Amino acid sequence: MDLPLQRSGLVDPATMARLYRSLRRIRRVEEEIARLYPTDRIKSPVHLSIGQEAVSVGLCEALRPDDVVFGTYRGHALYLAKGGDLRRMMAELYGKATGCARGKGGSMHLIDVAHGVMGASAVVGSTIPQAVGYAYACKVRGQEALVASVFGDGAVEEGVFHESIQFAVLKALPVLFVCENNFYAIHTPLAERQPFDNICERARSYGLPAARLEADDVLRVHERMAEAVHHIRRQRAGPQFLECRTYRWREHVGPGEDFDLGYRSREEAAAWMERDSCVRLGALLDEPARARIDAAIEAEIEDAVRFAEASPFPGPEELHADLFREA
Amino acid sequence: MERRLTYAEAIREATLQEMDRDPSVVVMGLGVEDPRPIYGTTRGLAERFGADRVFNTPLAEEGMTGVAIGAALAGLRPIHVHIRMDFVLLAMNQLVNIAAKSRYMSGGAVSVPIVVRSIIGKSWGQGAQHSQGLHALFMHIPGLKVVAPSTPYDAKGTLIQSIRDDNPVMFVEHRLLHGVTGPVPEIPYTVPFGRARVLAEGDDVTIVGISHMAIEALRARAHLERAGIGAEVIDPVSLSPLDMDSIEVSLRKTGRLLVVDCGWTTCGASAEIAVQSMERLQGARDLRIRRLGFAPVACPTTRPLEDLFYPDARRIASAAYALVHDKPELWEPPEASDEAGAPGPADIEFKGPF
Repeated sequence: MDLPLQRSGLVDPATMARLYRSLRRIRRVEEEIARLYPTDRIKSPVHLSIGQEAVSVGLCEALRPDDVVFGTYRGHALYLAKGGDLRRMMAELYGKATGCARGKGGSMHLIDVAHGVMGASAVVGSTIPQAVGYAYACKVRGQEALVASVFGDGAVEEGVFHESIQFAVLKALPVLFVCENNFYAIHTPLAERQPFDNICERARSYGLPAARLEADDVLRVHERMAEAVHHIRRQRAGPQFLECRTYRWREHVGPGEDFDLGYRSREEAAAWMERDSCVRLGALLDEPARARIDAAIEAEIEDAVRFAEASPFPGPEELHADLFREA
Repeated sequence: MERRLTYAEAIREATLQEMDRDPSVVVMGLGVEDPRPIYGTTRGLAERFGADRVFNTPLAEEGMTGVAIGAALAGLRPIHVHIRMDFVLLAMNQLVNIAAKSRYMSGGAVSVPIVVRSIIGKSWGQGAQHSQGLHALFMHIPGLKVVAPSTPYDAKGTLIQSIRDDNPVMFVEHRLLHGVTGPVPEIPYTVPFGRARVLAEGDDVTIVGISHMAIEALRARAHLERAGIGAEVIDPVSLSPLDMDSIEVSLRKTGRLLVVDCGWTTCGASAEIAVQSMERLQGARDLRIRRLGFAPVACPTTRPLEDLFYPDARRIASAAYALVHDKPELWEPPEASDEAGAPGPADIEFKGPF
């Protein structure tokens, strides 16, 4: 096992505990969503991040509160890792007026501006240029904030990815491009969609530093993200690109597994599950500390579900509200 | 003496004054820094405001529209310029899926103050992909505002209004309008959205002319006057929101509606105006309706076919005459009346009510 988790002695205990808490919290929130889903109280398609949490957690641990992230419809992990409000997320999934988008966005459009979660799109690749534009505004205004653009391997196939990355390099913008490569677009494997497994090489051809990493180890992810963030913020030399190789454990959309469909094998998934960051990192914490974190997470989830269930649905007057911002 | 500018100069002045007033306004687009800067509408802006606030873009319409949206989310107010409206089709995903929806689907958490300027081309063999009037596509989408002013006065006032608006605004220009002159006050002013302008009064027929067709409608009105018909010409100015109240007032008087668009009629702005008129007046007022627009083909380049593709003043006059006399188009303005003073597009000038 040649993994940075083995070098965990170099990481301070507080950081380890924070990373574990974040991983575990996302995992348990999504497991709870999956558990509740058959009750049909969550009225929103859910694209679970289970298995992919280390990317968002490692990224957001490297960001500051005033940094901003743009994500995708598989966005629970990013939202929570960046500090998005759990109660309001759960209420949003329930379609309640207290949701982060007042019940009008659902799981695919989580947003929490106060915590730098600037929104997500259900249309693959669509938020990449917004991240670049946001970074443009930061740069010309002399703001220090950095923008992370998180997208999947499918987004790399969209023209707008190339348009956006080229402009970010052209203007030397403070953007960290994070490609979550989970190897499947719904049920279609990467090899059927892209001629070469070389996303990083293609990114690099635009003239920015790009690296590939196995995102099965949250400490490694965090280390690499922190390096990239530091470089972007201090050197002001423009964007960087990280391809994070990861794996989605559940079905593309919905709460369950999908190994019965035959497009991928349980064995393939099992290799990733064995390397689960959440479990491995948890095992490195001392037991009472881990138990305290776990208990706090369970209490928080219970509270969030209770909040969502007790919250009212939006009234009919909400149908026409917020189409435009009027002074 | 009354101060006069061309439509293009009015757009430039509006942009310059707003950039002076508000440092968050930026101008971006292919050609905004060119030696021929979007027909002069962006001339001198880069020198005055610097490269951060006025910049050429790559040929990446979707990506750059997304960049404008992202910059707007961060507090800038981008004006994104497309020298032909046809190219905006490449940005439909960002405009329809993101710009139009960001505010609503975030429950009001964010807004997207962008202005998308685009120009409808016409004549000199512009052809199928340099001539489309696609404003109806945007009228269809909740969350977008659409304006298409026809006069220099309204061009300046609606552009300032668009820049100050906190929402995405599609600002539609017509190439043939850029050279039109008219009175334009130097002081910055806004023209509110959702208010149509009665360009000329008349009792017999209401002609609603969109963008450049407002001018053709005024020319048609001169023909009709000589045939004893009084045409009221209305420029909607803003297409979304649409000022149906003003059109209704006119229709209660005339009972006859001719909508002329520089776009296709099927599912177009003319269809929308016609059906809303019917919804308002059915049972209350006898109403007769006609529409004119592009021929339902791609725009041909050869002049004889191109002339047939577009509605013009003579065909507008014929259609209005037929509406008034309740019969098919048998009447045409006499050839002599063209020479007798119906002004050509370059000569059109506007007086009052502004």
